[in-house]
Amino acid sequence: MKLKNWKELPEGAIIKNTPTSPEFKTGEWKTKEPYYHAEKCTHCLLCWLYCPDSVITVKNKKIDVFLLEYCKGCGICAKICPVNAIEMREVEL
Amino acid sequence: MKLKNLKKLALTGNEAAAYAMKQINPDVVAAYPITPSTEIVQIFSKYVADGEVDTEFVPVESEHSAMSVCIGASAAGARVMTATASQGLALMHEMLYIASSLRLPIVMVVGNRALSAPINIHADHSDAMGSRDSGWMQMFCENPNEVYHTVIMAVKIAEKANLPCMVEMDGFITTHEMEMVETLDDKEVQEFVKKRIPLYSVLNVEEPITIGALDLFDYYFEHKRGQVEAVFKAKKIISEVVKEYNTKFGFNFPDFVEEYETEDAEICVVAMSSAAGTLKEAIDLKRESGIKIGLIRIKTFRPFPYEILRERLRKFKAVGVMDRAETMSTLGGPLSIEIKASLYPLDKKPVIQNFIFGLGGREFSLEDAFHVIEIIENIKKGKKYDDVLYIGIRE
Repeated sequence: MKLKNWKELPEGAIIKNTPTSPEFKTGEWKTKEPYYHAEKCTHCLLCWLYCPDSVITVKNKKIDVFLLEYCKGCGICAKICPVNAIEMREVEL
Repeated sequence: MKLKNLKKLALTGNEAAAYAMKQINPDVVAAYPITPSTEIVQIFSKYVADGEVDTEFVPVESEHSAMSVCIGASAAGARVMTATASQGLALMHEMLYIASSLRLPIVMVVGNRALSAPINIHADHSDAMGSRDSGWMQMFCENPNEVYHTVIMAVKIAEKANLPCMVEMDGFITTHEMEMVETLDDKEVQEFVKKRIPLYSVLNVEEPITIGALDLFDYYFEHKRGQVEAVFKAKKIISEVVKEYNTKFGFNFPDFVEEYETEDAEICVVAMSSAAGTLKEAIDLKRESGIKIGLIRIKTFRPFPYEILRERLRKFKAVGVMDRAETMSTLGGPLSIEIKASLYPLDKKPVIQNFIFGLGGREFSLEDAFHVIEIIENIKKGKKYDDVLYIGIRE
């Protein structure tokens, strides 16, 4: 992406065209990430509720995909899961 | 030439500032009291309590919060004013940069006062000079009348430039000095300042924006370059607004510098704020004994009028620069350093003599002013002095 020069930027360093957060991939520095055991999942959606980075998505009231490019590996989802359907595994570098 | 009969009121600098704020009727005032500017907020809060203004007044627990509230309200599109001094201004320091970088036209009256330690409540410019690189405009007033009019002009300047502005006066000397102030009608003030047209508003749900986001090595530098451009552009806005005000109401307020007896002068003294009054008196008396000295009073210190000073000061043989603050750099006061830098490109330039005076409210007497003038006159004749001289100190 070509970066803008100083004359092209809006005054006051404001950012228009929000939200811009989907463009900011924050999942690069984790050491562990969730591994999802779909067979154990009861779809209680607690992990979806607790994930601070909106990594876990829901479709038709059921857990859908994990957007791991936003996952920082905090492990909250694994900790909160009542049926141990989420396991934190080392990320292979 | 006065265009009309103005209502004359006997007001102190603080009262003049509060009265101007009342007539401006800002949307939000958030402030924390501090000597010697306390009265501004105290008087204004009475206007609020008595229903004389429509302002949302936010009493906060510190100056850091005062400036934070001002920033939030200004980002929402409100017309915002506050007042502070000394340690209070120092406590606001980190928020000052946020106000200017987000381009929020907050107007703040400052009763200039020394910084601790040792603790001192009296006038000097140490507090203001701590904010000189913060991106705020800084206008220094000589007397209560100028404070009143400058507060009104500052609102329009700030809102046109989308930059915050401090209106400064010497603590106690000007904040508590009662003087005749020529005031405008409420209606005239309202018609002059008009409505604020904000650059953006965080309350505009039609066009949501993010402000103050993380800005790293890829864009921070570009944003700062844009900000300095805004300060450059503010110079033109200051000139235009002051000219409009003078024309409309029949005044002769300076935009950047005021010149006094400079036309035939051979030597010159440069000063800011109330010291200029003492120097004018001393110049009148010294001229009777044949010393051709003039005064340049810097009204607008930020943005710094280096082009004007370079042009106006080049003709003098010797120039004395009065600093009511130290930089603790061993190089002298801030004003003298910036004036030296302004004149550096000239092939032929005057000798610049720095005088530090009046720290912590030490009186700058007529005798002190005579002493300053005599030294500048001696420099013209070839005498050499230390780079920095301290006036009115016990040696």
